[in-house]
Amino acid sequence: MTVQVFAFYLFASIVVASAAMVILARNPVHSVLWLILAFFNAAGLMVLLGAEFVAMLLVIVYVGAVAVLFLFVVMMLDIDFAELRAGFVSYFPLGGAIALVLLVELVLGIAVWQAGELTLAQRVAPTPDSTPNIEAIGQLLYTRYIFVFEAAGLILLVAMIGAIVLTHRGRDGVRSQNVGKQVRRRPEDAIRNVDQPVGQGVEL
Amino acid sequence: MIGLAHYIVVSAILFVLGVLGIFINRKNIIVILMAIELILLAVNINLVAFSAFLGDLVGQVFAMFVLTVAAGEAAIGLAILVIYFRQRGTIAVDDVNQMKG
Repeated sequence: MTVQVFAFYLFASIVVASAAMVILARNPVHSVLWLILAFFNAAGLMVLLGAEFVAMLLVIVYVGAVAVLFLFVVMMLDIDFAELRAGFVSYFPLGGAIALVLLVELVLGIAVWQAGELTLAQRVAPTPDSTPNIEAIGQLLYTRYIFVFEAAGLILLVAMIGAIVLTHRGRDGVRSQNVGKQVRRRPEDAIRNVDQPVGQGVEL
Repeated sequence: MIGLAHYIVVSAILFVLGVLGIFINRKNIIVILMAIELILLAVNINLVAFSAFLGDLVGQVFAMFVLTVAAGEAAIGLAILVIYFRQRGTIAVDDVNQMKG
């Protein structure tokens, strides 16, 4: 039990510290690296909770895809980061005050809620005792939530097509294959039969 | 003994850090997008913690959907950022309102 307590405080403190570094780091590349550390430790917290599937998904999707996407964009764009930090100090008091109010309200809410009794009248999908986490989620995902699952796939498809359409750049002066034009071409447009007299040049 | 309240406090702190990040990095839209990712991570921790402590798997399923939407949002946001940078040579979001038609 003590190992679990130790692991919780380790993961929780690192996730909070690295989240603070994400928003405070001078260089956005460092921000992305701190974000990766935060995701790894959040995944550790979820493993402690017994949600292995979501934890592994967090590592694969966030660290493997989203964070690398951020890293690509930060490194590809040639940005003057010093100029972007200009208003940092002037925004800090207002932002800090609002964040402090929000945090106090949230903690007060949690404390008040904690005083009450936590019960569910009915569980939608009770966690099974014997089946592993991933299998149980799979059975739920492909039966009750199949349409929501397909909608999630559709969202990813639309996001992918949208990103491609937005960033695609048609270039001038490049000869590329136009399949429609090739298919539309008929022999009569391309071939000419002539009765060529002897001794005269061919008219091209 | 680690209870549900511990996890909720961690997720509340993460959420507040995300909101603070949006405020203090108002010009740097890349860090704003990362702060939004932090907020969504806090939501996910909340969902998974309640799911584990209440013994109901639905929270983990919906954490997965939140993850999907976060990934799509990051992709579209960064694509818009790239074309904006291509057009203007900077990503200062102070004058983004010039984008309106």
